[in-house]
Amino acid sequence: MIGIFRNVCLWVDDRLHVSKLFAATAGHHVPKSSGSWFYVLGSATLLCFMIQLVTGTLLAFVYVPSASQSYETLMYLSYEQPLGWFLRGLHYWGSNFMVGIMFLHMTQVFLFGAYKYPREITWISGCILMLLTLGLAFTGQVMRFDEDAYWGTGIGAAIAGRVPFLGAQLVQLMLGGPIINSDTLSRFFTLHVFILPGSVLALISLHLRMVLTKGINEYPKPGHIVRRETYDQEYAAIIKKEGVPFFPKAISKDLVAASIVIFSILFCAAVFGPKMPNGPADPTQIVTVPRPDFYFLWIFAVAALLPVYTETFLLLAGGPVIILILFALPFVNNTGEKSWRRRPVAVITVILIYVVLGILTYLGNASPWSPEMGAWTSATTEKSRVIGRSPLELQGLVLLQNKQCRNCHAIDGVGGHRGPDLMNIGTRLTESQLIRQIIQGGGNMPAYGNKLLPYEVEALTAYLVSLRPEGQPPARDSSVPAVPPKEQSHTSLPPKPHGES
Amino acid sequence: MKDDRMNTDSSKEPEKCACEGQAKAGRRDFLLKIGLGLNAIAAAAIGIPIVGYALSSFVQKFPLKSVSLGPVSNFPEGTTRLASYRNPYSRKWDGDTAEIPCWVRHISNNDFQVFAINCTHLGCPVRWFDESKLFMCPCHGGAYYQDGTHAAGPPPRPLYTYEWWVENNELFLKGGILPTLADPKV
Repeated sequence: MIGIFRNVCLWVDDRLHVSKLFAATAGHHVPKSSGSWFYVLGSATLLCFMIQLVTGTLLAFVYVPSASQSYETLMYLSYEQPLGWFLRGLHYWGSNFMVGIMFLHMTQVFLFGAYKYPREITWISGCILMLLTLGLAFTGQVMRFDEDAYWGTGIGAAIAGRVPFLGAQLVQLMLGGPIINSDTLSRFFTLHVFILPGSVLALISLHLRMVLTKGINEYPKPGHIVRRETYDQEYAAIIKKEGVPFFPKAISKDLVAASIVIFSILFCAAVFGPKMPNGPADPTQIVTVPRPDFYFLWIFAVAALLPVYTETFLLLAGGPVIILILFALPFVNNTGEKSWRRRPVAVITVILIYVVLGILTYLGNASPWSPEMGAWTSATTEKSRVIGRSPLELQGLVLLQNKQCRNCHAIDGVGGHRGPDLMNIGTRLTESQLIRQIIQGGGNMPAYGNKLLPYEVEALTAYLVSLRPEGQPPARDSSVPAVPPKEQSHTSLPPKPHGES
Repeated sequence: MKDDRMNTDSSKEPEKCACEGQAKAGRRDFLLKIGLGLNAIAAAAIGIPIVGYALSSFVQKFPLKSVSLGPVSNFPEGTTRLASYRNPYSRKWDGDTAEIPCWVRHISNNDFQVFAINCTHLGCPVRWFDESKLFMCPCHGGAYYQDGTHAAGPPPRPLYTYEWWVENNELFLKGGILPTLADPKV
């Protein structure tokens, strides 16, 4: 019986060359030192992609990529389809984990000098995979086709519209027509489920092929210099001396990491669930605050913080320049030290990039530059900012609320943060400076000159001056003689220059 | 196999078979050229319509079309109101996305301004605040005065405006495309 089974196996192996395939792939020899916890990130990213392929395919059983029906099908998937919510959760968290682990993998590869000779194509194919993954993440959030997706696509179109000469055509190509509609969703769907995953599969083949032909990077030792002339022999010697078959000798940590990733995704999907659409893509519902998913918040922040004159250039050229730098890296820095312990510039670069991205993401989430649209009706004022005020000042308080100043200005931290908090504005600007600022605007504040009557400006100014913290004198015009302290009361104003107000 | 035999033959009778071999090689080369040529033509024949289909929206022109915003009485003088129209290029399966909003400012008599909803910075929907007479954008803090001119923030130009006219007490505009800096006509 065993003999027959063995013969069948041998026959299959003879026809399919399974054992040769195994020896050339999973069984290929890797340096023993690469069986490290740092080396599990690549396989973990691949695992996430596999989860995305399976869950995405299953979601497509139900999801309808049509502007009129995608929302309903998502609702059906989330609330009625058995385990639909869980599959959506797995797909959503799978994407977050994929983006996160991919960047960790990229960081590790960079810090371990794995992009250097002879693994240039491994690095470049990895960079393209990174771009494709971000493309999948962006098109994926459009699949939710909610308010964020609608206006997010609009932001993409507005950036494309800044391309010189071809802008209008590129916008049409991106949207599949002159405006955001079902054609847009269909084309993003096609990108998300056919073109980008297909490209990822092709690139993964190349990426893994390079790992097999040029070998996985040995764990770098400080002081061990890569030279084009000697590296190949050195690597062959390492494999000969301490090479072990990837399966079963070096795969154990990958397996443990894989199970941790799967458990984490399962946990997040079960506990936090999928991200729900925040309302159907109805452009007439303009009471919305569009925000991208977290991995694009930093770009959202950059779009708010760039000086206007650099914006178009940096929005259009920034991406290509970053890509160019990434592609050029293995050629510019082809040999030399691999270990991060001897590459301080590499370490500082990584820290800098993570700090910058972290801060920009935090800012993108907080969006202090956006007016708080409901603050004028909802932001409260503490009692102490009301009691004891003169009728004129109280009128100013009402105006401050009604004229929507608080959409951009906070009092005691409550309200918008577009402009400065008004708590101590009276200690920084004199009455005449305040009046000028209100009437003429400037420094990113609109002018209110033709929206306020003179007495309203006076009332507003009086209230603003009165807001200053107790014991602090109001700002004073240095050209006017100071009023002796004893004559000052808490709410007194400095002498009014002629011709103002 | 055939070739192998031929080669063994040719070693015995070099002159004759060299000619035959050459003739065969010539035929094979010719056939290869024909094959490559035919496939080049076939690739173009199949490729041109495929690329044409894929890039059709890139080259297509979408002229603006007239649409009605309803009777003028919907927009009292001195107010700025949200209106919407059905996108003239909409499909049956567009759902809610077929309705395009815009801001109508009735200045006086037959004088209007009709603004696109999209902020000129990155296209987010601007909101009108009647009390402060400002349009504010929820994305990056852009603000515009009531006449659409830039008031604050990053927008590089005033709000996009529609071409409008009044006919039989009905307000019309020309619309149908998403305005961007490349194509600011709405």
